[in-house]
Amino acid sequence: MTARPYNFAYLDEQTKRMIRRAILKAIAIPGYQVPFASREMPMPYGWGTGGVQVTAAIIGPDDVLKVIDQGADDTTNAVSIRAFFAKTADVATTTDTTQATIIQTRHRVPETPLSGEQILVYQVPIPEPLRFLEPRETETRTMHALAEYGVMHVKLYEDIARHGHIATTYAYPARVADRYIMDPSPIPKFDNPKLDDCPALQLFGAGREKRIYAIPPFTRVVSLDFEDHPFERTKFDAACEFCGATDSFLDEVVIDDRGGRMFVCSDTDYCEKRRAAKTKDVAQ
Amino acid sequence: MTAPLLSVRGLCKRYGAIDACRDISFALEEGEALAIVGESGSGKTTLLNLVAGALQADSGEVVYRMRDGAARALSSLSEAERRALMRTDWGFVHQDASRGLRMNVSAGGNIGERLMAIGDRHYGRIRAAALDWLARVEIAAQRVDDPPSTYSGGMRQRLQIARNLVTGPRLVFMDEPTGGLDVSVQARLLDLLRGLIADMGLAAIIVTHDLAVARLLSHRMLVMKQGEVIESGLTDRVLDDPQAPYTQLLVSSVLAA
Repeated sequence: MTARPYNFAYLDEQTKRMIRRAILKAIAIPGYQVPFASREMPMPYGWGTGGVQVTAAIIGPDDVLKVIDQGADDTTNAVSIRAFFAKTADVATTTDTTQATIIQTRHRVPETPLSGEQILVYQVPIPEPLRFLEPRETETRTMHALAEYGVMHVKLYEDIARHGHIATTYAYPARVADRYIMDPSPIPKFDNPKLDDCPALQLFGAGREKRIYAIPPFTRVVSLDFEDHPFERTKFDAACEFCGATDSFLDEVVIDDRGGRMFVCSDTDYCEKRRAAKTKDVAQ
Repeated sequence: MTAPLLSVRGLCKRYGAIDACRDISFALEEGEALAIVGESGSGKTTLLNLVAGALQADSGEVVYRMRDGAARALSSLSEAERRALMRTDWGFVHQDASRGLRMNVSAGGNIGERLMAIGDRHYGRIRAAALDWLARVEIAAQRVDDPPSTYSGGMRQRLQIARNLVTGPRLVFMDEPTGGLDVSVQARLLDLLRGLIADMGLAAIIVTHDLAVARLLSHRMLVMKQGEVIESGLTDRVLDDPQAPYTQLLVSSVLAA
């Protein structure tokens, strides 16, 4: 019998243990960025090396994996990562949000509410929310340690001064469990309310920056705002062209060179399910 | 009689074989402006940084009377307390405005940062405070959304002062506040500073090599040479009747200080 070409889920067992320790610490201190010894993965930085390592550390043979990129199951990044785990861990994969036990995501939280049986793994490019105003790592660590978060509001102040409203629409900073401020990866601020009191465990992995952080189930996550400029979820004037949804995050798609455009659900699974339900209704 | 606002006792700092500060003691009362003068390399800035807690002293202590009236040694404060003190009760005006300002954040954001740091979460109020302070340092209100990188040197310095004073501190440290500015801008800035110090009852420690600045702003002064205070006293007394030979040299080398 030939040896298996890879260890289960690609990483060796010691590496997975190291990552699991970081994850446990991250869960114990919600929103705190735990440094970990990020490994080289067989994909470039920016493609989800952090998320892949977290997934590799927590996945088991019985897990069902779903991978989304900007909400879609069928983009290169999502397809590649799904194939990666199908090959190295021999796990079942799915595009159905409700069937998945682990969902690795880049830039979106699925529209379908998550359950306590599921884990959401985020791919994070820049984990440090204070980086915009403070380039020094030693200083940002001190600021986190002392909960000196005044500068976060300077960023929002600048938005209002320049645009008349808080114009940050993605990577919108949020306070986790009334303590640490975190960058919820570049998800749209539309998704920020979904982080709050979520039954699923949420893990964030940043491969290049070598940080892991977490939001345990049912944790308070509050988006930062001003008293006279409260946090507002993005609203769309349009409905999804395919399924007619008005409650989902929409992508704007340019369809010709004469300014034609349409809006469609960014969450492909959500959109397809709604369309399937509609066809069933019509058939009946 | 209450304890002085700030008292410094036996402060020493060495850099290898160099004595940057040797056994320096002084006290500062509330509302009093103290100038530290001396030639470059005499330890003025080191002393300022020691007193402000930006540097660790080798020996000696700095005791500050907090807002609640309790006198506390700075070395006994936790890092969190020290930083909180720095952004509420103290101000630090750097010679180089880019060290004291966020150059890519608008003037309003620069002034508002301290307010937001101490928990103000009302945009309208922060904005109003920023506009009020811009007016007090004579910067046109229409520049409120411009970043300081578009400001002239004198305006940057005034903005830095506004940013520091917005929380109503009791003590301000200034390191060559007029350094690198042309003479007319200097005069205007000094005039403004003198007014603010008097109006707000601020205590100030001003490091300068310019005796005219000391004359205009300070009540008392220390003269430093090679890490030691060689003369101290009321500003007018020191400048009009210098006792130490070095001070005599310093005073006579300036045209009509």
